[in-house]
Amino acid sequence: MTTRRKDETQAMALLARTVDEALVAIADGCVLLVARESSGVAMEATRALIRRGVKRLHLVACPTSSLQADLLIGAGCVDTLETSAVSLGEFGAAPQFTAATIAGTIRMLDATCPALHAALQAAEKGVPFMPLRGLIGSDVLAERPDWRVIDNPFGEGDPVVLVPALKGDVALFHAPMADRAGNVWIGTNRELATMGHAAQKTVVTVETLYDGSLLDDPQLAAGTLAGFYVEAVAVAPRGAWPLGLPGHYAADADHLAEYARLAATAEGFAHYLERHVHAQRAA
Amino acid sequence: MPSAPPDQNVRSEELLADVIIRLIGDARHVAVGNASPIPATAALTARALGNGRPYVSLLGSAKHTFFTDGGRELFDCAGQGRVDVFFLSGGQIDGQANINLVSVGDYRHPKARFPGSFGSSYLYYVVPRVILFRTEHSRRTLVERVDFISAPGTSAGHVFRTGGPVALVTNRCLFAFDRGRKRFALASVHPGHTVEEVLEHTGFDFDWPREVPITPAPSAQTLQAMRGVAARELSEVYPQFAAAVFGIEQRRTA
Repeated sequence: MTTRRKDETQAMALLARTVDEALVAIADGCVLLVARESSGVAMEATRALIRRGVKRLHLVACPTSSLQADLLIGAGCVDTLETSAVSLGEFGAAPQFTAATIAGTIRMLDATCPALHAALQAAEKGVPFMPLRGLIGSDVLAERPDWRVIDNPFGEGDPVVLVPALKGDVALFHAPMADRAGNVWIGTNRELATMGHAAQKTVVTVETLYDGSLLDDPQLAAGTLAGFYVEAVAVAPRGAWPLGLPGHYAADADHLAEYARLAATAEGFAHYLERHVHAQRAA
Repeated sequence: MPSAPPDQNVRSEELLADVIIRLIGDARHVAVGNASPIPATAALTARALGNGRPYVSLLGSAKHTFFTDGGRELFDCAGQGRVDVFFLSGGQIDGQANINLVSVGDYRHPKARFPGSFGSSYLYYVVPRVILFRTEHSRRTLVERVDFISAPGTSAGHVFRTGGPVALVTNRCLFAFDRGRKRFALASVHPGHTVEEVLEHTGFDFDWPREVPITPAPSAQTLQAMRGVAARELSEVYPQFAAAVFGIEQRRTA
């Protein structure tokens, strides 16, 4: 496998030798955009970040999260969480998220899904805000002093909410494949492109490398985030495990059920981290 | 009031899905959010019975969605009035149909925390027919006033609002919502349940007619579609639920 250094070629994304190498861009305290479960969650990279001991993340789950946010919160990596919801879906509430919000150990910025999509779209357009319907009269809006209500300047007596552009430092997700130029195939999961456009840097793990250029085939190019936006790519087979990667593999239900059971207590969560996150260091 | 005995051959999940199918009625597009296996069952069954109508969009599904523009497309679609029916729930739901998906007690020092508002703070305003669904019908969930408003049941006249709640389906009964009066009215009680029981377990005031109908059982045709085509389709998104309720074996690949 060839390795291109960012500082050597300037224009090219780094094809990292390891997941750890790709994650260098994710610094303590950064605004980290991560994907929803059905779009491709970089779980191998998440475990690597926890092993590295990343701290004080402003985690933005776009627009929701499950195991990834729960693990990062439980491992003490998150200072602020901005999202519409965190849940383990069929496996119940996200235990560490629930405990942290009740204990007040993380700063919570509750949002609603379309507000996060709109805020990312504002960032990708380079405009300061985006208007959005709904929200008026909700406590979601009342608890967000950074969101505003204005009178529709094109109407009369029509209040409308504005959400400010959400510029991430780094976007992180897992995708089926990338080529050696850092072009990443995301299929119809277009919010991954929006995240990539909105963030300063994008880091991606992929199942496999594609031989040739994803941009040469118009059918593949239509579902591709260009390497132009991508800082680093690392190959991580089954990199979404124990979550699934739609079209490739299903979630590991037995493992997620075990996680839900263990993470319900501090001791159980510590045991999970030791066994499934830290024990991999030596592997 | 005497209650009708529950039909031993119909599971409660199937009865609730059937109630929802009738609420869906004739719609062009039904969308179903996260963690909603019974509404998803209803939407897929309605599509099977309607030979492909309505369009069904299941969030989190790769197969049962026509969206190709990422997560925002559902919300953009709804904003234009292109989603006719959606489902919302709440850790708390109150008598004015305000829903709380966030927390119990003070928001900054909550006694309990729920996953979060998801898309409710937007979709409740722009989807014409929102069906509220909560299987736990108790004074803990159906309260006089929610502790946190993820989305309000009604809005002041000057606030842009083309949608809102039409009904609340629980494990005990069906309520209809009157937007003008900002109140629920009991529409039917499910077999095996009574009006007295509904009154005892509901934390908010509501209206009820002199004669409260019993929720009818699903037809044989509906049950066949639900247990057949719909159950198999459901297993892609809700494998645990499809296995437990319909005996659909789980697949190991996506």
